[in-house]
Amino acid sequence: MPNKPFAITLKPGTSLANLTGTWRTTRPVYLDRMPPCNNACPAGENIQGWLFHAESGDYEQAWRVLVQDNPLPAVMGRVCYHPCEGACNRGQLDSPVGINSVERFLGDEAIKLGWKFNAPATVSGKRILVVGAGPSGLSAAYHLARMGHQVEIHEAGPLAGGMMRFGIPKYRLPREVLDAEVQRILDMGVTLKLNTKVENIALSIKQHGFDAAFLAVGAHIGKRTFIPSGDAAHIIDAVSVLRSMEGEDKPMLGRKVIVYGGGNTAIDVARSVKRMGAEPIVVYRRTRDKAPAHDFEIEEALQEGVMIKWLSTIKQADAGAITVEKMALDDKGYPQPTGEFETLEADSVVLALGQDVDLSLLEGVEGLEIVDGTVQVSGNMMTGHPGIFAGGDMVPSERTVTVAVGHGKKAALNINAWLNDATYQPAPRHELAGFDKLNPWYYSDADKTVRPMLDIIRRQTSFDEVQGGLDETNALFEARRCLSCGNCFECDNCYGVCPDNAVIKLGPGKRFEFNYDYCKGCGMCATECPCGAIKMVAEET
Amino acid sequence: MGFQAVKFYQTGTFTVGNRLLAPDERSLQSVETRSNSINSGHRACQGCGEALGARYAIDAAMAESNNQLIAANATGCLEVFSTPYPESSWQVPWIHSLFGNAAAVATGIAAAMKVKGRPEVRVVAQGGDGGTTDIGFGCLSGMFERNDDVLYICYDNEGYMNTGVQRSSATPPAARTATTMPVGPEPGNVFGQGKNVPEIAMAHGIPYVATATVADLRDLEYKVRKAMKMHGARYIHIFVPCPLGWGTASHDTIRMARMAKESGTFPVFEAEYGEVTGVLKIRRKIPVEEYMKPQRRFAHLFGKNAHPETVARIQAIADRNIRKYGLLEEEGN
Repeated sequence: MPNKPFAITLKPGTSLANLTGTWRTTRPVYLDRMPPCNNACPAGENIQGWLFHAESGDYEQAWRVLVQDNPLPAVMGRVCYHPCEGACNRGQLDSPVGINSVERFLGDEAIKLGWKFNAPATVSGKRILVVGAGPSGLSAAYHLARMGHQVEIHEAGPLAGGMMRFGIPKYRLPREVLDAEVQRILDMGVTLKLNTKVENIALSIKQHGFDAAFLAVGAHIGKRTFIPSGDAAHIIDAVSVLRSMEGEDKPMLGRKVIVYGGGNTAIDVARSVKRMGAEPIVVYRRTRDKAPAHDFEIEEALQEGVMIKWLSTIKQADAGAITVEKMALDDKGYPQPTGEFETLEADSVVLALGQDVDLSLLEGVEGLEIVDGTVQVSGNMMTGHPGIFAGGDMVPSERTVTVAVGHGKKAALNINAWLNDATYQPAPRHELAGFDKLNPWYYSDADKTVRPMLDIIRRQTSFDEVQGGLDETNALFEARRCLSCGNCFECDNCYGVCPDNAVIKLGPGKRFEFNYDYCKGCGMCATECPCGAIKMVAEET
Repeated sequence: MGFQAVKFYQTGTFTVGNRLLAPDERSLQSVETRSNSINSGHRACQGCGEALGARYAIDAAMAESNNQLIAANATGCLEVFSTPYPESSWQVPWIHSLFGNAAAVATGIAAAMKVKGRPEVRVVAQGGDGGTTDIGFGCLSGMFERNDDVLYICYDNEGYMNTGVQRSSATPPAARTATTMPVGPEPGNVFGQGKNVPEIAMAHGIPYVATATVADLRDLEYKVRKAMKMHGARYIHIFVPCPLGWGTASHDTIRMARMAKESGTFPVFEAEYGEVTGVLKIRRKIPVEEYMKPQRRFAHLFGKNAHPETVARIQAIADRNIRKYGLLEEEGN
């Protein structure tokens, strides 16, 4: 052993020869968990995914990820009741991320800067009829067009938009926003035929040679209830009122307007007539916390001076006045009459008691099942008649724009599969990234940006939009409040905290991987991962 | 100490790096080109706080000295797990002599470099709390007193861990070790003994003294870099939890360090020429109980034969630290 010092027998070496990975009993693995926002979104948006791009200021990329699922972000950013924010993990830290505001910002940027949808990559040669140009029909048309199908929308009304135009007041959704987003869908090559009511769907499909049809006619018939009334009582339904707001002839409702109902439609009507100078009183048989309307809408209505009589039913309607009976909740929370009556001045009564679907176009179609006035569809959105799919308000579900958009997308995916004699298989859902999966230490505190609200006087008298939008700086701020639940956002924590240098950094956008030769399985990376994108799993023995 | 200078809302600057920060605003540990002073394959236990703390500190010292660095090491876990004959994990010129003389060896290296006219070569000495607060204390005090141009880094895991968890003068009161068993009326380590070496170092009036934990990476890197910019005797005391000796889960090492700081048990501060110049404030204050409960070395204080009065005494020590160093944000700030 020459060339070695006294008593030294081995050449010096590096500890890399010692593969400490053999110590491991559990191994860390990277995974994507389902963020609660995505999980809660009825339109199936990848919210965390588009916020990821918005965080870096790449708004166009964020918008492009967004519109992979939902072609109406500017509309959605105004009218969606954002269940995502209710589910947001950040709500347990300070307050939820203002997802809806950022969505609106992206939608408005797209309109301002004229971003267009990518042209379809393929042409399938298949023709599909979409009945109804509401949110569900437009969404289905968009997704089908993206898949290369030729889509024709038949709309009974004079303009596209459905309930977005004839149900949602202007102060919540300015029409130029709606028009811009509809036009962008039409620019993809979707044909829109207005004033074209489909009288018989089976006949229309046959006559025009469509390969499949998607029905989304909505629910436009106002529900009636029996109210004993004198000859001169003026009773009208809410849908008609809201629809006539769109036209030149504003509805003649008089000064004292009673709105009967406690849903969002009732509140929309009350706020709209307030803006026309009338004095609306909402009459609802139960209490505020039982009302189906969203609480923020009730709050905004009250701020604007809308009167609401809780626990009241209309017993009698006459010319110029109505009689209401006070109610009391019983043990089970149901309203019961008390025998106490009150008379209110009323020039007209607007019934906002829900809506029914006009199902006349389905007559004679075989295999359909209709329950409680809605069309039954299976899990793939197909009715009992092969090739006829349906969605939106005409099928049993929650009736919101967002749900309708989600139906449109889901139906499009299934129609596409059905046309190819296949079955659409959604990707398996990832496990939920609940708050317990996060390490909230790493997120610094920051309040949600509050969108500017229109001054109260202007709100009472004009149809200007009530909520303003975010500007670029606070939209970025808001996006960066996202915790990125369950999905790596490249914070480098795992790379930094590994005592064994067993995490390999793959570079921007490529995330990380583990070096299992040296990983001892201590689990520090998983514990210190802020967003829960690492999981420890037992080693196989 | 401006660690929160970048107001960034997703994770602040609490994470190691972040794709949204400019590269020069990220920590050194987030960079692929960090020197990895201790390489993979070392034999430290799973979740070793000392292995992590040493890489954090020496990588920062390497970066600040332009990779012109020599390290002297006392006997201890760090030496044993990194250099089993004939392997070494060190990717830096490194020397081990005895348990008690790391400070003196480093002093010698610094003197030699001066004689050789190599002022760019910087010297660090490092050891555990045993080699620093007990066995090497005489040499350390001498190095301070002579103001030798050495940065001494102590990795404090509060005991002699690789020899089987014996008590050191840095072991906290009431903790169980092999030599302070949880028996008798006052179980575990005694109160009122032990050394606060950062304060003793400050009493020497040396240019720089700082404490840090493995839970506050940016603070740690800032302090090592700052120390390396200075000359003369400097001392950094890094709190490094030990899963083996403390009886904690291996994945909780950073969490334990964080809780030590957040409870006030381990005050994080820096001092120049004997005066405290900055403290790392507590972000979310917790009671010491929350920090102690996950540690088996304190298990005898909880449960069936609990010692709430002992926990209260430890809380009082933490409260005194908070008062003394001003660890809480002032009201209204």
